Amino acid sequence: MMAFPFLSVLGLLPLVGVLLTCLSKPRAAKVLGLVTALVTLAYAAGLIAWSQGFEQILGEQVDWLPMIGSSYALNFDGLSLVMVALTVLLVPVVLIAEWRSDWSADHRLGQRGFVAMVLLVECFALFSFLSFDLLLFYIFFEATLIPMYFLIAGWGGQKGRQAGVKFLIFGLAGGLIMLFAVIGVIALSLGSGDISLNFADLSALQFASTPVTKLIFICFFIAFAMKAPMFPVHIWLPDAAEQSSAGTTALLVGVLDKLGTFAMIRVCLGVFPEESAWASPVIMIAALVSIFYGAFAAIGSRNLLRLLAYTSISHFGFIVLGIFAVTSASISGSIFYMVNHGLATGALFLAIGYLISRRGSASLDAYGGVAKIAPLAAGFTLVAGLASCALPGTSSFVSEFLVVAGVWSRHPVIAGVAVLGTVVAAVYILRTYQRLMTGEPSTEVSQAIDKDLNWRERIALIPLVLAFLVLGFWPQPALQVIEPTTQYYMSVAGATDPVSDLEEGGR
Amino acid sequence: MSLLEFTAPSLDYGLLLPFLIVLGAALVGILIEAFVPRQARFASQVVLALLALIAAIGAVLWRWSVINLVDPSTDGSGITGSVIIDGPTKAFWLILFGFGLIALLLFAERRSHGGATAFTPMAAAVPGSDQEKAAAKAGLIHSEMFPLAMFSLAGMSLMLAANDLLVLFIALEILSLPLYVMSGMARQRRLASQEAALKYFLLGAAASAIFLFGVALLFGYAGGFAYDQLAWAVTDGSSGDPLLLAGMGMVAIGLLFKLGAVPFHSWVPDVYQGAPTPVTAFMSVCTKLAAAGGLLRLLYVSVGGMRWTWQPIIAGVAILTIIVGVVIAINQTDLKRLLAYSSIAHAGFLLVPVAGGLALTSGLMAGQVGSVAAVAFYLIGYGLATIGLFAIIMLVRRQGLEVTDLEAWAGIGRRHPLLGALMTFFLLSLAGIPLTAGFVGKLAAFQAAWRGGYWWLVLVAIIGSIVAVFIYIRVIQVIYFKAAPDLREQPHMVMPGVPVTIVLVLCALGTLGLGLYPGPVLEWLQAISDFIVPVHTP
Repeated sequence: MMAFPFLSVLGLLPLVGVLLTCLSKPRAAKVLGLVTALVTLAYAAGLIAWSQGFEQILGEQVDWLPMIGSSYALNFDGLSLVMVALTVLLVPVVLIAEWRSDWSADHRLGQRGFVAMVLLVECFALFSFLSFDLLLFYIFFEATLIPMYFLIAGWGGQKGRQAGVKFLIFGLAGGLIMLFAVIGVIALSLGSGDISLNFADLSALQFASTPVTKLIFICFFIAFAMKAPMFPVHIWLPDAAEQSSAGTTALLVGVLDKLGTFAMIRVCLGVFPEESAWASPVIMIAALVSIFYGAFAAIGSRNLLRLLAYTSISHFGFIVLGIFAVTSASISGSIFYMVNHGLATGALFLAIGYLISRRGSASLDAYGGVAKIAPLAAGFTLVAGLASCALPGTSSFVSEFLVVAGVWSRHPVIAGVAVLGTVVAAVYILRTYQRLMTGEPSTEVSQAIDKDLNWRERIALIPLVLAFLVLGFWPQPALQVIEPTTQYYMSVAGATDPVSDLEEGGR
Repeated sequence: MSLLEFTAPSLDYGLLLPFLIVLGAALVGILIEAFVPRQARFASQVVLALLALIAAIGAVLWRWSVINLVDPSTDGSGITGSVIIDGPTKAFWLILFGFGLIALLLFAERRSHGGATAFTPMAAAVPGSDQEKAAAKAGLIHSEMFPLAMFSLAGMSLMLAANDLLVLFIALEILSLPLYVMSGMARQRRLASQEAALKYFLLGAAASAIFLFGVALLFGYAGGFAYDQLAWAVTDGSSGDPLLLAGMGMVAIGLLFKLGAVPFHSWVPDVYQGAPTPVTAFMSVCTKLAAAGGLLRLLYVSVGGMRWTWQPIIAGVAILTIIVGVVIAINQTDLKRLLAYSSIAHAGFLLVPVAGGLALTSGLMAGQVGSVAAVAFYLIGYGLATIGLFAIIMLVRRQGLEVTDLEAWAGIGRRHPLLGALMTFFLLSLAGIPLTAGFVGKLAAFQAAWRGGYWWLVLVAIIGSIVAVFIYIRVIQVIYFKAAPDLREQPHMVMPGVPVTIVLVLCALGTLGLGLYPGPVLEWLQAISDFIVPVHTP
């Protein structure tokens, strides 16, 4: 007897929207798409309330490829839950923000295609966050690339085609590297006689560490680092961000890139704890390099969208640092960081996107004095920017603090260096704000930016800003949801928190 | 068993029925050419060929559970016959007849060609001559294409069941000769087509000669043609005998040539490009399938005892084939040629599980997927996507002619969204992207190789797959995002006739269905994937 597949329905709702938009008239597509996204949001909110309020455990498991050990297994633990929440919130916001964008016939594939592709991304992203089977996760992890490629290449800038191909090649190359690792796990799992790719079963297997498992781990990590992305395999992100529409980039950086860090927890920590411990010094150094490389590249960037992409690389460095420090504070912090980064950076991309659509240029030098003519736009940019550089009072502060505190308890030196990264973050955000918004507007700027944000643009931003402010002052609900997951991965990794005064301070 | 003695074999005609039906249909097809009036010939050939293939599929299913040896010797020596109908034979037969059916539907397509077939109205006429024009005007049709294809299919099905080197050779010739003829029958660019046919024939003849020489050497080694005798000689005698090694090498060359593996691939691009598109579709799938099936039985049954010797060699060929295929495919400007190189690359991927050699005799556990099932599934995924793409190529035309120049396809996906979506889907399946049959094929193939101990080969194959992604992404990019070239007339999609529509629907549904829910098919293939290996009673 199978219970009602609540989680499958959650993933399939956007797919229904895809079909509806494909079959509808072009004019109706936007409305249908938004309605679908809102229904998905409401449904997900219901599921979250139900699972948390009534401690209802949601999960599904059906045999899918038994001879390879794979099953259609979905799970709704804290990690899945927060990522699902982020996804379902961000998608309608993106659709509202891109509402007016005029993609007529000459814009390659039309408005209908854009809505369909965004919903397809949502469907695949939800399934990959929900899946609790290595092969199933891999499938959706890869599948997200295709609609995202079309979003970048089809509805992007002049060089969207090249950026899209770069994105796709990196994504598929990373995916195939991961496929090698997945096949390796299949072989190991089959060899052990216990055929299952369920993450829980894989964790229980406790592969003995051998050179081959280390190779498998390295392949997994490279694939996830390409997705997240970390230095030096980040080079596709600035191009993709520069050439995509603001909404696409918000989805890409806010949701899809999280698949990389999400998988680091699920796969690296969950299945290969020994190898994770073995590699963690190198990985943490690499994360530090990412933090500073991203920050300095952002300072040096003349293009607003590239600048934001580089800041994200810096933030991903923090997330990875927290994951591989393996303390309960830092893992919780990293998971929470993933959500907050999606909210703050998503809002930042949208706000900057509004400015760019008015000014018609993403160059830093094309602006100045915007605060005088469009105070709301400036205000939103500042709030989102400060949230992205972890100002206390925003939720990013809580997560960044947890990460650094957790890392400190294990590796004080690394934590000390990482803290410097937050200082640089303040530099790139405030400097950018100064260049864009302060001073006297030039005539070109006042001509181009003649109107402040309209109600539609505000409606898109407000939910995100509210979310990171509320979670900033009152993070307990989110942290409570995350806590059991953190404890689970701590126990899988066989790690205990080092005794430290700072750890208490994190709560 | 001396060659000079002859005892009438006892044949189980019921088991042989599928092969006999196909062969019989080919013979009846010749009679139709002779006796049926011209107006009715095409239709009757189509109906006969399709019905025969459906009947052949039915005949396989009819005696499904009976796995038997045709021509079993009654003296209890355990010698199996020269033709063997075991699980893999039946599985490959079903796949072969299925793809044969799909490919023959493409042969029957007329609407998109403005009422003509894809074949020349009069093969005997000099290209460009008045005679040819008159034939085209009179609406002549070479309906012999159908019996030719049926003969070729008969040869292929015999090859899948061959358990004897001589039978294998006969099968090889039966399948090859009609293909040589069919390759030269293109309606457009006839000179290129004839050149392709000649090239194919000359190289094919050389490959056959090498194959036959190998057979002679193996006869000298084992004292017989049957796989059993060879297998016994291998287990009893020295497996390092130069006669054995040279003979096996030469026989394998004959099969690898048909498979299109490097370094025996040089015919593939020219022939695939020159041959009529339906014939290319037929060759690229059915020939590969027969060659792969024949190679599997040869390697696993007759020389399974010395697999440590041939596994590294096959692995080397696989690596070479993958690298050459993907690297050269990247720069191709002609779509058919690009697909030709891609098919070479796929031959390489196909050899990966073959080299892995994961079978019951080498540590395969029950309920898991071994090499034979992996190869079969891989072929299904590859075949569906490839035939689908060739069907699409038949539909894109300019002034009534097929356009295979990739540049001319720029933007066609935007002008014809459905065609673009289908083509993208098939290309992604070939690239091995999840949610397609191609992905599951790759997964099954590579995991079999890994568990056979060839994880480094999987690593190389994965790197090859990464490069292969470029090939297909490039095409997707061209059909959607490249600005259309400034041509007098853009190519456009013509409305497909019923046959091509059926083919496209079948291929798309198959690719999607096997990508989403491959479990039952994989399980079924695995359940019947054991070769009958001769019992050793010296």
